[in-house]
Amino acid sequence: MIEFDIGVDLFPLLAGTLAAITCGLLGNFLVLRRLSLMGDAISHSVLPGLVIAFLIASTRNPLVMFAGAAIAGVVTVVLVELVKRLGRVEPGAAMGVVFSVLFAFGVLLIEKAAARSVDLDADCVLHGQLETLFWIGAPERWVDLFSWSTLDAAPRQVVVLAIMCFLSVVFIAALFKELRIAAFDPAMATAQGFNPTLMHYVLMIFVASATVASFEAVGSILVIAMLVCPAATARLLTDRLRSQIVFSVIIAAATGILGYFAATAIPGLFDRGSVNAAGSMAMVAGFILSVAIVLAPRHGVVVRVWRRRRLGRSVAVDDLIAALYRAEERGMSGLSRAGIRNALVGRAADNALARVRRRGLVDEREHEIVLTPDGRRAAAALVRRHRLWERYLVDQAGLPVDHVHETAEELEHVDVTPAPAQGQGLDPHGRLIPDEDADLDGASAGHR
Amino acid sequence: MEFLSFFIPTIAANGHSHGGGSLTDVSDEWPTWSEIFETMALRAGHNTNTVILGTVMLGIAAGVVGVFALLRKRSLMTDALSHATLPGIALAFLVAAALGAEGRSLPVLLVGATLSGALGVVCIQAIIRFTRLREDAAIGIVLSVFFGAGIVGLSYIQANAASGAAGLNKFIYGQTAAMGRGDAILMACIAALAVVAALVLLKEFAIVCFNDAFAKVDGWPVSLIDLAMMSLVVVVTVAGLQAVGLILVVAMLIIPSVAARFWTDRLWLLVVLAALIGGASGYFGSVVSALLPRKPAGAVIVLTAGAIFAISLVFAPQRGALASLVRRVRLRIRFAGEHLLEFAYERGGAELSEADITSVARLRAWPFWMRPIVVRSILRRGQAVRSANALLLTDEGLERGARISRNHKLWEQYLTSYADIAPSHVDWSVDQVEHVLSDELIAELEAQLAARGIVVPAPTGERAAR
Repeated sequence: MIEFDIGVDLFPLLAGTLAAITCGLLGNFLVLRRLSLMGDAISHSVLPGLVIAFLIASTRNPLVMFAGAAIAGVVTVVLVELVKRLGRVEPGAAMGVVFSVLFAFGVLLIEKAAARSVDLDADCVLHGQLETLFWIGAPERWVDLFSWSTLDAAPRQVVVLAIMCFLSVVFIAALFKELRIAAFDPAMATAQGFNPTLMHYVLMIFVASATVASFEAVGSILVIAMLVCPAATARLLTDRLRSQIVFSVIIAAATGILGYFAATAIPGLFDRGSVNAAGSMAMVAGFILSVAIVLAPRHGVVVRVWRRRRLGRSVAVDDLIAALYRAEERGMSGLSRAGIRNALVGRAADNALARVRRRGLVDEREHEIVLTPDGRRAAAALVRRHRLWERYLVDQAGLPVDHVHETAEELEHVDVTPAPAQGQGLDPHGRLIPDEDADLDGASAGHR
Repeated sequence: MEFLSFFIPTIAANGHSHGGGSLTDVSDEWPTWSEIFETMALRAGHNTNTVILGTVMLGIAAGVVGVFALLRKRSLMTDALSHATLPGIALAFLVAAALGAEGRSLPVLLVGATLSGALGVVCIQAIIRFTRLREDAAIGIVLSVFFGAGIVGLSYIQANAASGAAGLNKFIYGQTAAMGRGDAILMACIAALAVVAALVLLKEFAIVCFNDAFAKVDGWPVSLIDLAMMSLVVVVTVAGLQAVGLILVVAMLIIPSVAARFWTDRLWLLVVLAALIGGASGYFGSVVSALLPRKPAGAVIVLTAGAIFAISLVFAPQRGALASLVRRVRLRIRFAGEHLLEFAYERGGAELSEADITSVARLRAWPFWMRPIVVRSILRRGQAVRSANALLLTDEGLERGARISRNHKLWEQYLTSYADIAPSHVDWSVDQVEHVLSDELIAELEAQLAARGIVVPAPTGERAAR
């Protein structure tokens, strides 16, 4: 059982989860527009913005800090765009140049600020200080939390994050349609009368603000992780933007909670001090993502491998009976096992053979494999499709005769047959195209 | 409670030593000229010299290796790679400590960094290969998750190891000044090795960078060469960790090659220039950091490189922003002048009044500053002379106008009859193309159109009839 001490754990947990949700929400559009690394760039280049805002205003007023960060965010985006356009530099390199120079500038400025005997600690920008958010005088019981005094006690970081989270939800809900069109089809967005570039900049301002709001508690590293990982995970789980957003928020919240407890509870099991919670949230995000990579229902590695193998098996079955059909065309009654292995070179011929025998498509007699009537019907349909495709590729697509076999070999396994042309019973190589009810009694030719 | 209060603790309570804590130390004053001279001429003592030489060597290596990262479009992969070294450093420290060895010894930590950096690169490639996620997402994922793991590792060490994590943090921001002689020499050796390897494999790298499909068909071991290239990037990144830190080492890899790219199209020159820019940045950065307090070498190195990049971006002769701006304005003025000639030809008569020019200007939407420049440019080309009215076209000007007019009709015909573009849509693009049709292309257009029975009449007038 995990111990939960309201005084120690509530606010850090709340801050981490709110930051995760805010960034996870905004990250959807970054991942969609292939701008994931813009989040990385902005969260680095916000540093000089913060320091300059502080040096100019000599105050740590949150509004000043947000203004500095938002300006730095926009400046980053503009500079990246300028470098890309003016210098024809590829986007990745442009981003790398801009954010690293801005970050270096920030580091230098921090040292300058330090000269004024105010030390801006850059480490905290990276991984935050979630652990310092404890609540002295917290109530012992959960019930006591539901009172106004809880709001008073909430540290500013949590309040700022809550506001930021609320604003992001409102932003995405209100402008969902516009954001979606701008992400998928900027030209259409322009045609519909709103400015996709403007949407882009507003989104970037939100990313920069979310970065600053999160800095305090969780540091920029969690910001980057949360901007990319939940959205990427959700993208593996669904093909619809709406459900992707919902999933990403759920995943982000789960990441925040699990990450926090992993950081505090797991080392405790081994009698060790707790580790950095922001870092552990990033690790949990990575863990959830890797689970999704392997197990996602449609896009997961396991499912895809399984689909491929199933396809491979069905192609082997098709090829096996087609080889027997062609052997019959050459006047043989069937093929030996060695002949089958030759026809299915590189594949598990014996498995395929066992499979077709189970389906009753072939018989084995006296060391020879022969087609049953059912098998012959299926094979004829297949060979017919192959030769019709060859005919089509030569006649309609204008390919040379010696280029069509490989393509037809792949297309024959798909359930689409080109319409036969009038009065053409031969394929481009001069072989007979089997009739639709080859051999027989007008039964359906499809073998599947 | 004050906002970002964590962010600004007072300096007194904080023992955090600064990268620029610097060799000459403490004073806030400017160094004297002789100090500057001595440091720059490598006469400021053995330790300073080793550090400067090490940093220069690192700059050269990063420049050379960065060229290939740039050409393979992997600039940002180096970012993920450098962040991915952190968990390796933490783990190496823990393992070494558990085995009873000195966890903080540089070679041990660098081995850990190399391994986890390489693992990060492999993860990126695997995510791109096996999922529907794109490269940008893959880089972001590996960068943040690995770095998060590293932070967890460091905080674990901080909380549980007897000695604390002090000293490991320097890999994040770098601490050139804290580098010992041995460390600097190790770094310089790694860097030198990387440069030599890159130069030896230059031909192989070139072929993979420019056309990997061809290289594969031609029988080169492309994956192996790619691997070698990536390993060099890993090695240089790891070597740079201590000097400039894992965030800024990315800049040393990316910026010199991007800046050098503005000046040349030749690979070997690109490599040389990137090496020079990297070396110069390293030299300048470490010298400044040695002379001034509170100037961390990493930041100065990156800002130097950034300044060189900015200069290249603006002033490079071929690809620079200024040069291409000049080219574009010139082209636009030539087009505008030719539109004027075309107008005169199509109306008939060599006379152009102020009103004529105004109407062309309005039709073509010239900005206000263009008109005098356009007029001067046709005068300078000898296509017109000043007259009482305004301009009088010379024979040369008339001939040019006739040709432009005919080019316009030819291309328009071509687009409508061959490219199936609606007649109402062709005019705009034709207005651009008419100026740049070469004689060969015109001959071909005539032949093609003649084959369809379309004849565009030659311009009238004996001189224009060529």
